[in-house]
Amino acid sequence: MPIKVLLVEDSPGDVRLTQEVLRRTNNSIHLLVASDGVEAMALLRNEKGNMLAPRPDLILLDLNLPKMDGRELLALIKADASLKTIPTVILTTSDLEEDVAKSYQLHANCYLSKPVQLDKFEGLVKSINDFWLTEVRLPQQGAVA
Amino acid sequence: MSVIGGEGMPIEVLLVEDSPGDVRLTKEAFRDANRSIHLHVAFDGVEAMAFLRREGVHAHAPRPDLILLDLNLPKMDGREVLAHIKEDDSLKTIPTVILTTSSAEADIVKSYQLQANCYLTKPVQLDAFESLVKSINDFWLTKVKLPQQESKP
Repeated sequence: MPIKVLLVEDSPGDVRLTQEVLRRTNNSIHLLVASDGVEAMALLRNEKGNMLAPRPDLILLDLNLPKMDGRELLALIKADASLKTIPTVILTTSDLEEDVAKSYQLHANCYLSKPVQLDKFEGLVKSINDFWLTEVRLPQQGAVA
Repeated sequence: MSVIGGEGMPIEVLLVEDSPGDVRLTKEAFRDANRSIHLHVAFDGVEAMAFLRREGVHAHAPRPDLILLDLNLPKMDGREVLAHIKEDDSLKTIPTVILTTSSAEADIVKSYQLQANCYLTKPVQLDAFESLVKSINDFWLTKVKLPQQESKP
């Protein structure tokens, strides 16, 4: 059973880095990428009836996104009975206290600030795998109220 | 501007756990992992809520930076404590990690529905338990950005 991770990220460099680190760390991961909030929401709501876009086990969410920003997407996810149980990890360049506080108020599962240095960024992505995809019990697919 | 766990700043962790053996194990594992942690223990759900609401003997309790919450507790169970925390505007931003023996899918789903930040099943073996506590420390208390303490009203 592959683990499905949705990465919502508009920076191609960060997408590529994240993909590479996750692939190296855990070859059970099936990584889906959305580059803006609108695309992410369409994927999550399976609006196109796309059988290849299954519900993710984990969402990694940047805050500053085009079209619909990550804060708005987070609010929509956590207000949706069928989506809110998907652990949503904020992974963003912002380390502003107001962004941190707001994210937790909107029920982000946790908040991570992207390091600038490459090796630290890789270390952080690896730790996301080591904690969320190895230690944490994730809700099963389809087990919704 | 205070940095959680920075020089002279302890990290306040509330452990809600009724098993004395698990309390002791957790205390020791945290002490080994991170000397900046102040671990507070509530043995049932009622005491946990009194601590969080700073009631009675807990009038001067610090606000936790992280809550570790067992599900099966006397007086008020962990599911109810979780619901209270996540419905309370002044408490809901505190990351609340379920740390329980249950691996029942119903408990996992329910916890995430109630907005638990994550769900961990306690291993039976001692070394695996210690390793899990270390993982909690490494991820939540060194990598995650935790919300800053609000100033007291």
